[in-house]
This record gives sequence, structure tokens and C-alpha cells, in this order.
Amino acid sequence: MLSLITFLPLAGGVLILFLPKTQNRLMKNVAMLFSAASFAVSVALVGMYRLGEGMQFQELYRWIPGIAINYHLGIDGLSLPLVVLTGLLSVLSLAYSWRIDHRLKEYLFLFLLLQTGMLGVFAALDFFLFYIFWEITLVPMYFLIAIWGGPRKEYAAIKFFLYTLIGSLAMLLAILILYFNASPRTFGVLELIRQQPLAGKPLLASLAFWGFFLSFAIKVPMWPFHTWLPDAHVEAPTAGSVILAGVLLKMGTYGFVRVSLPLLPEAFKQYAFFVAVLALLGIVYGALVAMAQTDLKKLVAYSSVNHMGYVMLGVAAAAGAVGDPSKAAAATTALNGAVFEMVAHGVITGALFLIVGVLYDYRAHTRGVDEFGGLGVRLPVYSGITMLAMLASLGLPGLMGFVAEFFIFVGSFGVFPYLTAVAVTGVVFSAAMFLWTIQRIFLGPLNERWTGLADMDLREKISLVPLAVLMVIFGIYPKPLLDVINAAMAVLAGGGR
Amino acid sequence: MSVTELWSIAPELWLAGLGLLVLIVDLFVPAGRKYLVGAIAAGGLLLALIPVSSMLAWDGRTVLAGSYTVDGFAVFFKIIALVSTALVILAAMDGIRSPFEGEFYALLVFSALGLVLMAASTDIILLALSIEFVSLTSYVLAGFLKANPKSNEAGLKYFLYGAAASATMFFGFSILYGLTGTTNLYDLATRLRGAPLPAVYLALAFMLAGFGFKIAMVPFHQWAPDVYEGAPTPVAAFLSVGSKAAGFAVLVRVFLVAVDPGRVDWTLLMAVLAAVTMTVGNLLALPQRNIKRMLAYSSISHAGFILIGLAAFRGDFGVPGLLIYLFGYLFTQLGAFFVAVLIGVQLGTDEIPDYAGLSRRAPVSAFLMAVFMLSLTGLPPTSVFVGKFYVLAAAIDNGLLWLAVVGILNSVISLYYYVGVIRAMYVMPAATERAVPEPAALQVALGLTGLGTIVIGLYPQPLIDLARNATLLLGL
Repeated sequence: MLSLITFLPLAGGVLILFLPKTQNRLMKNVAMLFSAASFAVSVALVGMYRLGEGMQFQELYRWIPGIAINYHLGIDGLSLPLVVLTGLLSVLSLAYSWRIDHRLKEYLFLFLLLQTGMLGVFAALDFFLFYIFWEITLVPMYFLIAIWGGPRKEYAAIKFFLYTLIGSLAMLLAILILYFNASPRTFGVLELIRQQPLAGKPLLASLAFWGFFLSFAIKVPMWPFHTWLPDAHVEAPTAGSVILAGVLLKMGTYGFVRVSLPLLPEAFKQYAFFVAVLALLGIVYGALVAMAQTDLKKLVAYSSVNHMGYVMLGVAAAAGAVGDPSKAAAATTALNGAVFEMVAHGVITGALFLIVGVLYDYRAHTRGVDEFGGLGVRLPVYSGITMLAMLASLGLPGLMGFVAEFFIFVGSFGVFPYLTAVAVTGVVFSAAMFLWTIQRIFLGPLNERWTGLADMDLREKISLVPLAVLMVIFGIYPKPLLDVINAAMAVLAGGGR
Repeated sequence: MSVTELWSIAPELWLAGLGLLVLIVDLFVPAGRKYLVGAIAAGGLLLALIPVSSMLAWDGRTVLAGSYTVDGFAVFFKIIALVSTALVILAAMDGIRSPFEGEFYALLVFSALGLVLMAASTDIILLALSIEFVSLTSYVLAGFLKANPKSNEAGLKYFLYGAAASATMFFGFSILYGLTGTTNLYDLATRLRGAPLPAVYLALAFMLAGFGFKIAMVPFHQWAPDVYEGAPTPVAAFLSVGSKAAGFAVLVRVFLVAVDPGRVDWTLLMAVLAAVTMTVGNLLALPQRNIKRMLAYSSISHAGFILIGLAAFRGDFGVPGLLIYLFGYLFTQLGAFFVAVLIGVQLGTDEIPDYAGLSRRAPVSAFLMAVFMLSLTGLPPTSVFVGKFYVLAAAIDNGLLWLAVVGILNSVISLYYYVGVIRAMYVMPAATERAVPEPAALQVALGLTGLGTIVIGLYPQPLIDLARNATLLLGL
């Protein structure tokens, strides 16, 4: 099942390579078919998923037995929501990309390859496999930015590539350190978690921790490793930004929760405060810098830095509580919030980048926040969805972002009360930032330049409405998603293993 | 000489015969159909794989009075030599425009014979002779384009550097002989235990100069960019893979067999040389605009990576890692050079900016080139990634974490110039949309190298078994 989900997009991509170059419509349909099929299977998986049974749908085959590498896939409450999110955002982004005609064949192939890579990262349970998928996501993203990006696309693309490659190679060293200290040697994630090979070896554990940290922190991105993000987000084509913000950033936080926390608990606990401070800096810095932006896309990009800071605060809080039974409940809450925020941020920011694209790509061709005004009159549907997404992003109760942030703050407060108190101010800043943005774009007198703008067309509605609906549903009734996450997080935080 | 001994050197005899056959056939093939000669040479080289691979299952044995050995290690390098030479000939069949085309193939066959001899010699005199044999044919090959001043320069430069390096190396050999009174590597190993250390260090340093020249190790690397740039592109490909691999075979055999690392600790020296070679090669590759010079510097930095395997030879990752790296690197590096052959012949340029728009003018070749560039960077799932994975693992296993860190930093640096090629092919607009013709033989060679790169990347288990088997018989 998981292999099917993971490799269906790639199969579609390879098929597209062999289709004639002129058949644009056919290629788009094939891409959509395979991407949607993968998403459909992952939804079916949700139906078959049994709460509280840990790792499920595992597939384990010998791959390179000479050095104990297996092909091992499986998902639990942490990865299941992310796999579904990946499928959903991929399908919606493809739907949004319907108007792309420039070098379509390559575009679709790379997009589908990217989808396979992302799904693989979330499903892989062997470090070698995990690493391969992790790296595979870099290549198509590089091309997506470099070929279909904005004016400074080449700079942004190579910066993205170089930054993330440093991180992933550091992770490779950390993986190797784990491998050589395990007995028997193995790359299996679950087996390594069971063995705890670096327990009682503080120096090696620290080295491995920082190796992983560098990789994940660049991906998240945590302050001060975030500088690639505004460039990449701004220059990437709309669909690329959606995937980048919606899924690729989650690979970093996913790594922290899947790898750093259970595999190196002592080392993570030791540095948890430091990580929390970095997260806090990201929260405040991201919100303040976002407020200063006049480029709508940059604004959303910096708000991502802010939101990923919340996630990391939650994760760091959980790490800080390792081995302390009295804080286990707080840790679970914080982790629940962090994972919920991953999904929420994927849905909300994915939507926000689509929203920016709708305005920029085919209508106004400018993203200057100050150049608009009064658009609410001209574009009612668009304005409604935008306001919904922005309110969700700033954490309005009743929408998805609020649930996540609430849990994070409640949980973190039990571990790092002072840091959390400061972090809450980040909410104020981002609220101010989004409200001010709404005011500048949609309210006030209509700017005469934009009297001719049309409201969203069907395709754009198809790609945005599902996300808006999700924001409301999980804002009002988060229980189903929380139950799935909670079952996995309780194991992580409670047992301390 | 018994029949078994004769069968043990059957590949060598076959190659010698093949070289002569190619020379004779060349006399009767009219100009313009010389590719037939190339086909015979390539086919003959591949046929030699049959007796060679039948020796994989053998226990190690020596022939010719202990001076020549047939063990897994030698067989591994014989396979590398045969495969790489055959691929180079295949790629050259559309690339060499010369009235002496037939002799070109004969020279390559003889070079392959030399490489095979280098890999299997266990006597320093035979070693010296086979190294010189390879060098002589390589000098001629580098200067093969008589009308081209750059090719002449390449031949001459290679000859001058090579002669100096060989002389130094022979001096090292003679010191070894003077210390021990034997030329056999295995006897050397036992007798060197009592030898005075300073003399042994001196001999090592001198020999390292010679081996370092062959593998293009810093500081003996200066010849590589000029020679690669001037030599016919297939020859550059051959030098960067075939003779580099054979150089590593000799280096590993001499250092691991003859010099007891327990007594003369050269691992730190190797580690430093590896780090310096990687870094210097990479930094100098950054500003290159000529694809052949860029690949030359990149091949220097890869030599540094491969050296990690020797520096971290303890445990079961080091030397197998070195072998795996070389084997994977063979396909990727050859493939990259073959694309350079294609562009050099069809567009008459070696400048990277002229690769602009190649993704539309020659989509298959551009795609493969992108794969080769990503493989050389060390991104999975490709063959060089497996090699890098292995040598980095060896470094960590041997406690050389700093060397592994230098390695990954270099990988990141190298991404920049490798992606430069991809950027030209995929991002920069083409000057013209005219399709680039892609000749059949070259396409086959390219396809094989691409296949090798990907297959090894996805399923390295057979290669791992082969490499482990090869090191077992080295007596480690």
C-alpha cells in the first residue's frame, strides 16, 4: 500500500516522459490521474488505520543485506497526517498549475518526482532509504525554482540547493555515527530507537544530535538558518511555493519528532533550552520582519518562519521534559500541538501561497501590498477566502491555526514558562501583520487600477475551497486529527524512549 | 610453464594478441570505415572479460615465479580496466577524425594490457615496467592529434611530468630493494620489519610521488588540467578513469602489502593528502569554464575522496569503499566525458556556456549529463553516492570524523560547479533550437554509462560482494 502511494506519482512521471511533447492536455491528465490516485490510496489508508496500534502498514524487504540496509516503510500517527497532506497539496497544486504551458513535460515530471520524494520521506523507516528520499526532493525543487521561477530564480535555486545539501550531508554523518555504534549494526529507524546506541556516550550523542539538527533546522528553517527561505519562496512558481511551504518545511520538523526526539533524547534534552530560544527568536523575528514586508509573497514567507517557530517551540518543550514524568502530560500536549501545527500550517500557508498566486500570476502581476486597496468590492469570493486563510493563520479561535497554537502554548508553558510567555507576543505581531495586510488590500477606497480584475475562476476555486473547508472543519472539530496524532505522541513523550 | 599458469595469464595473452590483430586489421580496412577496427578492439576487450570473470571464484595464486598474482583484487581492477577501455573505444568511434584512427584503437588496447599488468604485479620490477608501459602509450595518446598544438602540448607535458615522476618512483623502488635485497612485494613486507625507519619513509615518499602522479593526487596533479584539455576527449576520459584506477591498484597493493601500517604509520599522511586533494581540486574546479578542465579538477578532487578509503583502511568499509567508489565513478566520469565528446565533435566547443539549451537540442544526452553531474556531486540514488557513502562510513568507522567533515564540505562546494553545467543545459536559453545529432555508437556508450550509474546506485549489493571478495584475497 505505502509503496503504491509513494511510487504512483513517479510511475506517472516516467510515463509522461514517453508521451509526445505536443499532447499538453493528455500529459496534464496523466499527471493528475497518478497524483490523485496516490492521494486516493492515502485517504483509503486513513480508513483502514487503527488508532493506537503504533507503526502500521509496514513493508520490510531486504535491499542491501551486505551492510544491513532494508527497504522498510510504515506509518503511524505522526506520518499519516503528513502523507495525506502531501497528497492533497500535490493534487491541488497540480490543479492550480493547469495553465502552465512552458516546458510542460519537464514540469510535470519534476513535480511528480517531488511528490514521490516527499511521500517517501514520511513513509521511510530505514535511514538509508530516508536519506535517499530526502535528497531526491532537492533536485526537482531546484529545477522548479530555476526554470519556472521569478526574476532572481537562479540565485534562489542554487542557494536553496546549497543550504539544504550542507544539512543533509551533516545528517548523513550523524546516521553513520548511529550505524557504527549500534550492535548489530543497522540503519533501521525502529531498531535504532529500540537499541538507543548512543545512550551513555554523551560526546557522540551530541555530535549526532548536531548533525541531525543542522539538517532539520535548515529545512524547517529555524532562525538563523532561514535566509534561503524568503528567496526560494519568492522566486518559486506558485505551485512550488505551496509545496515548499506546505510540505518540504515539515520534513524538518518531522525529522526532529521522528528522529532527534526518540533516538537522542538525552542529547536533545541537554540542548532543548537552546533550541527553544532559537525557536522563540524565529517566532518574534519572523513576525516582525513579515510586518515590514510590502511584497505579499515575502510576507507569507516570513510568516512561515514565525509559524515554524511555534512548531519548534513545542518540540523543544517536549525534549526539555524528557525523563521527567511530572512533565510528561505537558510534553504530550506540546507535541500534539506541534504536529497539529505542521498540518495546519501546511493547509493554511499552502492556501496563502495559492492566494498570492491567484492575484499575481494571472491578474495584477504585482505583489506590492500597498498597490492594492478596496479589492473586497471587486473580488468578493477571493476576498472571503483570503480573509479566512489569514485569520486562520493568525490563530483566530474556531479556525485550524488556533487549535495548534493553543496546544503548543499550553504544553510549552509547563516546561518553559518564560519563553512561552514571550512567544505569545509573536501571536500579537502576526495578528497585527495579517490584519494590516487585509486592510491594505481589501478595505478602503478601490484603487482605480484594478477595476477590471475578475474574481476567481473554477480551477482556482477547486484548488482553494478544499483547503478553506479544512481550516474550518478542523478548527471547530479537531478531534479526529488530534486522536490520530495523540496516540503516537503519547508514546513518544510519555515513555521517553 | 604449466597449463594452469598459462590459463592464469590468458587475459593478458589475449590482450597482447588483440592489440597486434587490431594493428594488422587496420592495414586492410579502408579509411572511412575505420570504425570496424574500433568495433573489433572493443569487442575483443569485452571478450577478455570472460576469462577474467572466471577467475573471480579462484583462490589467490601467483604465477611467473611469484611476480604476478591472480587474486580478487587484481581481477577487480582488470574488470575496471577492460570495461573502461571498451567504453572509451566505443565513444571514440565517432569522435576521432584522423588518418591514424586504427592505431588509436591499438594503442588503447595496449594501454588496457598495461593497466591489467599494473593491477596484478607483485614484483616491483614488473610493476615499474607495467607502469612505464601504460605511461608510454598514454603519452602518445595524449599527443595523438598531431595537427593540434594543444594536443602536442598535452603529450609533451604529460611526458615530462611523467618521466620525472617515474624516475622518482624508481628511486623509491631501488631504496626498497637496497634495504631488503628482494623485489617481491610479499618478501619485502617481511624483510622491511627490520629496516631502518628513515630509509623506509624516504622510499615511501618517493614512491608516493610516482603513484600520486598516476592518480592525480595533490601536489602531483598539475599536469591533469592541461593534459585533459589538450588531449583528444576520449583519451582524457581514459586517463581520468582507467589509469587513475590502475594507479590506485598499485598504491593500495604496495602500501597495504609491503609497508606494515602498524610500523610505519602512514594513515595520517594519507588522510591529510586526501583532505588537501579534495579541497584543492574542488576550489580550482569552481572557476573553470572549459568542461574538460572542470572535469580534470573534479577528477582530482575525487581522487582525494577515494584516498579516504585508503586512509581509513581498517575495518570492512575502507578498501571495499575505495573499490566501490572507483567502480561507480568509472561509469559516471566516463559518461560525463562522453557528453563532452558529443558536444566537442558536433558543436566544436568545450566551453560550458555553449551547453546552453542542450536540454532541448539533445534531450537524452542532457538528461544523462544531469544524472552524471548529480552523481558526481554524490546525490543518491547514483553510483558515486554509494562510493561516497562507503568512504565516509570508513572514515567514521576509523575515528576520522574530521576527514568526513572535510569530505561533506567538499561535496557541497562541488555541487556549485556541477550544477553550473546543469544550469547551462536546462535554464539558459539556447542560441539555436537546431537539434544536435547524436551518433549511434556514442549513444550506446552513453546509455551504458548512464545505466551503470543508476543501477549501481539503486542496487549496489553485487558490487559490494565483489569488492569485499576482492579485499579478502588481498590478505587483509
